[in-house]
Amino acid sequence: MQQPIVPATLNRMVQYTLARLDASFAALSDATRRGVLEQLGRGEASITDLAETFHMTLTGMRKHVGVLERAELVTTEKVGRVRTCKLGPRRLDEETAWIGRYRQLWDSRFDELEKVVEELKWKETVDGRKKRD
Amino acid sequence: MDARRETELTPTKNRATAERKSERELVVTRAVNGPARLVFEAWTKPELLKRWWVPKSIDVSLLSCEMDVRVGGRYRLVFSQDASTTMAFFGRYLEVAPHSRLVWTNEEGDDGVVVTTVTFEEERGKTLLVVRDLYPSKEALDGAIASEATAGWPEMLEQLDELLITLGASMGRS
Repeated sequence: MQQPIVPATLNRMVQYTLARLDASFAALSDATRRGVLEQLGRGEASITDLAETFHMTLTGMRKHVGVLERAELVTTEKVGRVRTCKLGPRRLDEETAWIGRYRQLWDSRFDELEKVVEELKWKETVDGRKKRD
Repeated sequence: MDARRETELTPTKNRATAERKSERELVVTRAVNGPARLVFEAWTKPELLKRWWVPKSIDVSLLSCEMDVRVGGRYRLVFSQDASTTMAFFGRYLEVAPHSRLVWTNEEGDDGVVVTTVTFEEERGKTLLVVRDLYPSKEALDGAIASEATAGWPEMLEQLDELLITLGASMGRS
C-alpha cells in the first residue's frame, strides 16, 4: 500500500485556506461582528463609535474588531488617539463575488423570461392560425 | 457595437453581463429571444412576471404580485423565504413607454430610493435588455453589497468545495 503523498506546496496552500476559512467562519459567526461589517459597509467608524452603536465597552469592541482584522475583513488605522475601522482587503473580492452572484441571478431570471416569451410567441402563432381558419 | 454583433451571430445561449458602472450604478444587460412587444408584455403583466421573476434555483417564493403599470401607478411584490419570513418590495412607475422603456422606484430600502430603468431594444428577432439600478448614494450601493457579502456563506462553501476537490485530486494521483 502506498501512502498518499500531498505535495508540500499544496499542503501549505490547504493549511492557509483552511486557516482563512476558519478565521472567516469564526468572524462571521457572531451577530455583533456581522453588524459591525454592515455598519462599516456604509462608511468608516472609530472603535468608540462602534462601541456606542452596539452598546458595548471599548474593550469588548476592540476584541470583536481584532477578530475581524485577523480574518482580513476589516483594517484599522490609528490617527492620534482615534482608531478608525473600515472594510478590509477582502472587500474587493467580495464586491466581485457579489456582482457575480447578481449576474447569475439575472441570467437565471432571463432564462425563465425567455421561456415565457417563447410561449407568448407560440400562442400568437396559434391564435393567428385560428383567425385565418 | 462589434461585441453586440458577435453575440447575435453566434448561436450560443444568451448570457448576461453585470457591472458596477459608477459609484451609484449597477447595470445588467442581456439579449432575450423574442420581439420587444412580447418581452415588454412579460415585464408588465403580473401573471406573466410571476412566472419568471424568481428563478427556480433560488429558495424563495413569490406570494403576491400587484402591478398598476402606468405612470404614477404602484406595484408591490411579496416574497417568502420560509413560513415565518416575508419580504415586500414596492414602489411606483415613473415612466412607461410601451415596448421600449420602463422606469420604477424601489422604496423598501432604509438607505433611500433606488431607481430602476429597463430599456428594450429589438434587433433581428431578439430584444436587448439593459437594467440599470441607480442608488441614491455610493454609501447605499456599498451598503447593499456589504450587507449581502456579510451573509457570504455560499461563497465560502464554494471555496471549501474547491479545496476538497483539489485535495481529492491530489489523493487520487498518488
